[in-house]
Amino acid sequence: MQTFDLSAQGLRALNSTLHGLKGQTNQTAWEIINPKGAHAIAVGLDAPVDVTVRGSTGYYCAGMNKQATVRIKGSAGPGVAENMMSGTVIIDGDASQYAGATGRGGLLVIKGNASSRCGISMKGIDIVVHGNIGHMSAFMAQSGNLVVLGDAGDALGDSLYEARMFVRGSVKSLGADCVEKEMRPEHIAILADLLKRGEADHLAKPEEFKRYGSARKLYNFNIDNASSY
Amino acid sequence: MCGIVGLFLKDPKLEPQLGALLTDMLITMTDRGPDSAGIAIYGRPEKGRAKLTVQSATPDADFAALTDDLGRAIAAKVTGVVKDTHMVLELPEDRLEAARHAMRDLRPGVKVMSAGEGIEIYKEVGLPKDVAARFEVARMSGTHGIGHTRMATESAVTTMGAHPFSTGSDQCLVHNGSLSNHNSVRRVLKQAGMTFETENDTEVAAAFISHKLQEGAKLGEAMEATLTDLDGFFTFVVGTKNGFGVVRDPIACKPAVMAETDQYVAFGSEYRAMVNLPGIDNARVWEPEPATVYFWER
Repeated sequence: MQTFDLSAQGLRALNSTLHGLKGQTNQTAWEIINPKGAHAIAVGLDAPVDVTVRGSTGYYCAGMNKQATVRIKGSAGPGVAENMMSGTVIIDGDASQYAGATGRGGLLVIKGNASSRCGISMKGIDIVVHGNIGHMSAFMAQSGNLVVLGDAGDALGDSLYEARMFVRGSVKSLGADCVEKEMRPEHIAILADLLKRGEADHLAKPEEFKRYGSARKLYNFNIDNASSY
Repeated sequence: MCGIVGLFLKDPKLEPQLGALLTDMLITMTDRGPDSAGIAIYGRPEKGRAKLTVQSATPDADFAALTDDLGRAIAAKVTGVVKDTHMVLELPEDRLEAARHAMRDLRPGVKVMSAGEGIEIYKEVGLPKDVAARFEVARMSGTHGIGHTRMATESAVTTMGAHPFSTGSDQCLVHNGSLSNHNSVRRVLKQAGMTFETENDTEVAAAFISHKLQEGAKLGEAMEATLTDLDGFFTFVVGTKNGFGVVRDPIACKPAVMAETDQYVAFGSEYRAMVNLPGIDNARVWEPEPATVYFWER
């Protein structure tokens, strides 16, 4: 285990050290202490390493992640795991606005609540939230899965494309062109796998969720649908 | 951008440290607002006494005989402490309005920053660490306070454009965001008799709340009304004699984090601002909900 004291050694040193880990490395386990809500911790990683942040983080923690597993032993500020490509990010606490925004792959697990715009414009990432999510989540979501064990706020899935959303609790309101859809056996299977990987299979069963997705009316502009936008 | 910090103490043992804790929080928010900074700090009110905090661009000339001149004008004993460009005048509470009036004739160039039983407002152009040092904020004690670091968007970088804006006796407001309908709201408020010092959007929000209060609304109702009548982005923190309130617009893209322990309630634009508070590791930390008014009062 390599330990890095962020308040003593600084952010540049941390990220350039982590960026230096290419391909196979013997230094696979890292611990970052004294994060103190700093921004841009462990962004742009591209190696199969395991990084644990001991505390809460500021903006954009684990952004653009590839391959790495980043664990946050606290809460995360805005834009956590933004544009993640692959790998896993696990947050023990809450996540602020636009968690997992534009993510193209990998798995983001939020064990507390996520605030507004969770998974906005997601493009293939899987997000599992153990608590609730805020308004405008999955806005313009294109692909991937958003699983919410709690409740969703206003305008869920507004103007979305082919992302799937599974919500166990209530949905305050659905956004334009977002509708509830039937849960078929293949969806139960997808959800069971996501709950297991999202460390939530002991908290909820796939059968307890409703599925939401696109009504596919707003893909191309059609004057007849003008009032729906 | 802009940064907001706030601290409301529940534990009187922390009161001597209020200024020091707020200064640390304020300086951490320099990245969000390096143009200017300000702080409203509330001390324990002394019965029958009130404070008028004033500011001058030429403090040596304006403040030299001010306590005597003002004392004669309002026929009461006035004491004063000069801190850089600001002066805190202490006088009998029932002479506060008379003193405000008298200041206009005695020192037309002097601006009133705040008036009330507990409040003192200090604000200037410059880096937060320099502004805090000029006014020796770190040495101040008190029950609660609000600070602001400004990155100007809607109006010029001037002392009067810095936050907090006073919204009436013992009241003040700070803002992160920008209002898009402030010109039309200012026009309506001017017609209703409100006066303005700047072209600043936040001053309109402060005057909007003051006007609602003058019409008889409670502070919570006045803050609620900002959600329907003000258009734009905002996280507002409003200070009162007894505590502070928080409201965010319904879109809530301007950040806000709160922390609460047995000893205090803290507000920060980012969690970073609060990391040096005592017991923060065991605090309850959360984000205030959009379009929801919060209050902490003693």
